[in-house]
Amino acid sequence: MADAATLVDNPVSVIARQPRPGLRLSDLATYALLATGSVVMLLPFAWTVSTSLKTAGATFVTPPELLPAPATLDNYVKVFDSAPVGQFLFNSILVSVTSTALMVLFCAMSGYAFARIQFKGRELLFYAYLATLMIPQQVTLTPLFIIMNFLGWTNTYQALILPSSFGAFGTFLLRQFFLRLPREIEEAAFMDGAGYVRIFFTIAIHLARPALATLAVFAFMASWNSFLWPLIITSDQSMMTLPLGLSFLQGRWSTDWNVLMAGTVIGTLPIIALYVFAQKYIIQSLSHTGLK
Amino acid sequence: MDAVTDRSKYLALAVLLLPSLIGMFTFLMLPVISSFVLSFTEWDMIGEIGWVGFDNYLAALADPAVQAALRNTLVYIVGYLPAVVAIALGLALLLNRRIKGRVVFRAIYFVPVVTSWVAVSLIWKWQLNPQYGLINFALSLIGIKGPGWLFDPSWAMAGVILTSIWKDIGFVTVIYLAGLQEIPEPLYEAAALDGATPWQRFWSITWPMLAPTTFFVTTISLISSFQVFDQVWVMTQGGPAGATSVMVELIYKNAFSYFRMGYASAISWILFALIFAVTIAQNLLQKRLDRSDG
Repeated sequence: MADAATLVDNPVSVIARQPRPGLRLSDLATYALLATGSVVMLLPFAWTVSTSLKTAGATFVTPPELLPAPATLDNYVKVFDSAPVGQFLFNSILVSVTSTALMVLFCAMSGYAFARIQFKGRELLFYAYLATLMIPQQVTLTPLFIIMNFLGWTNTYQALILPSSFGAFGTFLLRQFFLRLPREIEEAAFMDGAGYVRIFFTIAIHLARPALATLAVFAFMASWNSFLWPLIITSDQSMMTLPLGLSFLQGRWSTDWNVLMAGTVIGTLPIIALYVFAQKYIIQSLSHTGLK
Repeated sequence: MDAVTDRSKYLALAVLLLPSLIGMFTFLMLPVISSFVLSFTEWDMIGEIGWVGFDNYLAALADPAVQAALRNTLVYIVGYLPAVVAIALGLALLLNRRIKGRVVFRAIYFVPVVTSWVAVSLIWKWQLNPQYGLINFALSLIGIKGPGWLFDPSWAMAGVILTSIWKDIGFVTVIYLAGLQEIPEPLYEAAALDGATPWQRFWSITWPMLAPTTFFVTTISLISSFQVFDQVWVMTQGGPAGATSVMVELIYKNAFSYFRMGYASAISWILFALIFAVTIAQNLLQKRLDRSDG
């Protein structure tokens, strides 16, 4: 299997073979199976939207009806009335965008340093980075909470942002990228008297764009959908991110499925919208970062 | 690049490496070390920290709640892993055929992957509603009276497994697709010339060539199975009657409901040991299979 770095170089390799004309019986069977599977994947979403538009009277009936009749927006009104949904959305965007930007920057800088600068103890330090990859997140939760509590950072943005702004995986990914990058361009800049820092910011970081984008998608998705850490570190409603806000709604409207599904639609819509526009890129990035 | 002076080199390290190092130390390495130390103590975050040696580990291994969580995780793995691998491989084979619209299909199967676990869990909790949910309605169409799912201790884990399969299938499919694309086309052409049936081609070319991918997806799926939390927390909170209680949920409850910081840390290191052992075993197995192939 190719390593992550090779795949980063070639982000559109997964669907490379072209369809050929003509339709055969086996193709029809393929379509039938794929279409059935698609229904299984999409029907739950359709039903979620439908439930969110139904009245309670039209929801708790057997057999279930797929289309909402009568359709109502009351459930959405209830969601907005019972929780600061706009604040949840704002928090999610702020936390995800900031931690993604920091993660990409720190990983690129450290990856470059590990790839290009010779210094004492470099191998040892790099192994210390890699060792953190073996430790599941759950091991760090308890002390991390204690540290945040000690710093007085519970219910703060920095507590939501900073722990997901660092990671050995990104550093590793970028180090591999820079190691495979020919040194010639940088050598020329060195001859002109530029130092590592200037070369990194004026040349190297631009050459690394594909790898940076891959890491950015991976970091953003992880942060956007993160649940356990926000659950631990926030208790104040005004600091909740969308997944946490959704679980808060569940506590408030436990069996009121119309309202809960309206909340789910609101909470899911932003990422689905992003996915529709950047679908190909998101799939590539997530599958490549999966191939560590 | 030999002309660089030491001074400018260390300046560059201070700018490029130090920020990452400080963050890695504060938010990863320090917590890992502290967690290890904590696991040998007793502390409720208010009183004195008491040194208890291996007591937390011994207590955890004898704790019926931990044993139940491990049993439940095993059930989860047995229900989830083979299904996800088999369905994803099947889908990847279909999506790898040269048909029109496969990019659209791939995008559809991937939608649950980008959706948060919390949203997916809520969607499925509603679908699995015994009385008004779609699943039991679908079962009733073929004459089966569906179970109580999340309300029934013997069916709750099945509900969680179904949800997880649905959420992860697209991810594993895409990884299999990448693996399929790496199989050299001439292998199939040669097999076709030899008159091999599609069945023979699958077992003599596709399956062995996909072995590294299969190892990869089983390893990451096993690791993530030990770390299951979000879906359990939203769908059942470990219930009913502890039927879906898992390791991470125990860590969470002990640390943040009972404030048994030392005990929670010890459970998290047992979780680490399990994941570590599984990873090592997988690697050894893969090496052995590689050797027997060569």
